[in-house]
This record gives sequence, structure tokens and C-alpha cells, in this order.
Amino acid sequence: MVTRGFTGRRQPPETGARLPPGQYLTQDFPILQIGPNPSVDLATWQFTLRDGSRPIKTWSWEAMQALPQTTWHGDIHCVTKWSKFDTTWEGVTFDDLLTDAGIEAPTEYLLAESYDDYSTNIPVADLTDGKAMIALRYDGQPIHADHGGPARFFVPHLYFWKSAKWLKGLRFTKADTAGYWELRGYHMYGDPWREQRYIGD
Amino acid sequence: MSSATSATEAAFAPIVFHWYEAEVAAIAPVTPTVKSVRLRCAIADRQRAGQHVDVRLTAEDGYRASRSYSVASPPDGSGTLELLVEGLPDGEVSGWFFDTAEVGDRLEMRGPIGGSFSWDGPDGGPLLLAGGGSGVVPLLAMLRRRAEVAPEIPAALIFSVRSRAEAIALDELEARHRDEPHFSLFLRTTREGDGRRVDDALVAAALDWTGAPGKVFLCGSNRFVSPTADLIVAAGVPAGIIRTERFGA
Repeated sequence: MVTRGFTGRRQPPETGARLPPGQYLTQDFPILQIGPNPSVDLATWQFTLRDGSRPIKTWSWEAMQALPQTTWHGDIHCVTKWSKFDTTWEGVTFDDLLTDAGIEAPTEYLLAESYDDYSTNIPVADLTDGKAMIALRYDGQPIHADHGGPARFFVPHLYFWKSAKWLKGLRFTKADTAGYWELRGYHMYGDPWREQRYIGD
Repeated sequence: MSSATSATEAAFAPIVFHWYEAEVAAIAPVTPTVKSVRLRCAIADRQRAGQHVDVRLTAEDGYRASRSYSVASPPDGSGTLELLVEGLPDGEVSGWFFDTAEVGDRLEMRGPIGGSFSWDGPDGGPLLLAGGGSGVVPLLAMLRRRAEVAPEIPAALIFSVRSRAEAIALDELEARHRDEPHFSLFLRTTREGDGRRVDDALVAAALDWTGAPGKVFLCGSNRFVSPTADLIVAAGVPAGIIRTERFGA
């Protein structure tokens, strides 16, 4: 159905090729979350890897900093339709985290869990081989609380709600278990290139 | 899980969102930079106050653009819903609404979306609302709904605007302040009068009016929402009952 008088603003080809369907390019860094920033103190900050309810390993802030640090450079895409190009993130890859814990992933799915009780589900296959990290720095600086610091999950090939802010842990689950937004109609997987915003997309 | 998951919210998921045809039923200026757009659509009257919809426009050659807008109207049985669209300087979709749209024009819409930032009478109160600029729109829907279904619930709106001329629905909000015994408006103009931002004294005054709130909703730019949420938490309101919606940088 055509809307009378709408022509739209086309992106230059080099921009268009990098934009998933339905996205637009922003130079800002918009902020979306369900509530206030939780207060997270680095002195008591903990990150826990769990298999269901069983803790596998817990890291302090210092211990997390001591793990190998990896830099990632590229584009991020939010389900609310903005994309931001050429962002730089640094942190601990999911692979390095598992190596330090001395385990292989015990299940095929997990929930990323946050200090504000947010959660989101991701298949383990989408996290391995350098595809995801516990991000500790953005643009070379500590991550501001508005952007999910001190540590946020970072899974840039999926819509950014999968990159949970204020991360406190990862929990392996036997089945693909819906997180906060997934319980509220958002897509279980969230691939921006297939425009999987909501259930049924 | 925690307070983040309530039975009310869970009842709204999972939802499959389809695109529906919509028609412009009315369009009128509200402020120098904001227009009211009434859209007739099959999904009208399904929204909870505070939710938003996606709007999609399609050009002759098939090019499409879509954006999200908060719904300003509570469900009213009219088969229409109201959006308040700010004419942004380079807004691809808002620009069409602002400069081109006429009654009878057709577009597409889907939703309503966003169960956690929504309110209805059974959710109760007291209600503490805080809006910055056009962030007042979903809160306006909540106040309109409250006036119809639960006017006895105490409610306060902290409303931060640059100037009175740019304040959306100021006449309506001041009339509600005057006429509704359990609602109070706490207005701040940042670029006229004494030019003050929301501060701890204003938050304390609003909380004094509502008593301990049961639900808190904040909407606006992050420059507004983040410090205001911090002030409300500092005033002793549990973070778990605060819901925010933010836009822009």
C-alpha cells in the first residue's frame, strides 16, 4: 500500500548496504531500558556463571580485568530501529570466560542476567568463536551506567536488547527460555538482517 | 523473577504483531512543533495507556520507513487513536505527518507494543509520572484513562518543558489540575521564568502530594529521565516500581 506524498530519505549506497532492513543510521547513542540505572559498586561487583541454579564460577571485578581482553570494532543495531556504525568495545570473550572456568558449555542455551533483574536468552552457538563478550570498555573508556556499565553483555550480530546492560551473570538453561522482552512479544532470536523484531517476524 | 514481572504484564504476551491499514481521520496543530494525528485502524481501542505503535509509510517504488509513536489516547471505543507527532528537522516519518499528511491518507500501523510501560485502573496507584517535553504523551494517555476509570487514585505529573508555548496539552493538564481533586501538576519551564530543572525539592513536593507511589513512570530524553529517576530513587522510592521510556541521545 502506497502512502500518498511519501518519498522517504534514501541512504547513500555504502550506508544502505550496512543497514539491516527497517533500520536508520544515528550518530547519537540512544538509551533504552526498563527502569532506572541500578547502583553497581565495583568493590562488590560479581559475575557468576551458572548451570541452571548451580554456580560454576564467580569473578570479582579485578579477576575479570585479569582475563584476556579483546577489542571489537563494528556496527550495532537496536530493535527500536536505530543503528550505530563503527563502535569500539573491549572486554572478555565468551570463549575466554569458559576457558578460565575450565568448562565446555553444558547446554545449548543461556540467559544473560542483569543487576536490575532484566534477562535475555541467546543460543550458545551465537556466543562462541569470538561472537560475544563481557564488555568492560566502550570507545576506550569505562562503560557509563547509562550504557550498561560497569559490564554489559555484548552480542553485536543480534538486536541490541540481547546485549544485556549491568550484567551480573550467565545462566545455562536446558531449553531456550524466554527472557524479559521475549516474554513480552519480542522475538526469541532477534536477527536484525531477517528483521526479527517481534514474535512472528 | 522480581518485581519486573507482574501478572498484568505477563497477560499481554506473547503477542504477534501484524501490520494493519490505517487512515488519517483528523489532523490538527497542538503546539508550534507538534501536531495531533487521529488514525482510524483495526488495532485502535486495544491499547493500554502508555503503550506505543509502529507506523509504516511506503513510497511509490516500494521504499518503506517505520517509526514508533506513543499513543496519546486511552481506548475510547471510537475506532481511532491519537498520536502527537513532533515535526523534527530531518524526521523522515514525522516530516511526512507534519508537512504532507491530510485527512484520508492511508498508511500502516502495528501494535500496541510495550506492556511494561503501561497502566490501567486495576494496576492501582498512587501514580507518580514524570515527562520531559514530548515524553509527556504516554503519561497523558495514563492521566486520561485514570480520569475515566479511577479518578480517586492520587496522581502527580512532573512535567519539564522548555517553555509554556512548547508544552503539549498544557491547557488540558492545567484544567485537570484545577478540576480533578486527586491530581496535581508540577510544571517546570527550563528556558523561561526562573528556568529551573527538576530538582529534589520538586520531587519531594510531588511525593508529598501522592504519598508512597505504587507505580512510577518516566518518559523523555535520557538527559531528563536519567537524573529524574535518580532523584526519585534518592527520595526513597523502590527502583523496582519505576518504569522508564527514553528517546534520543
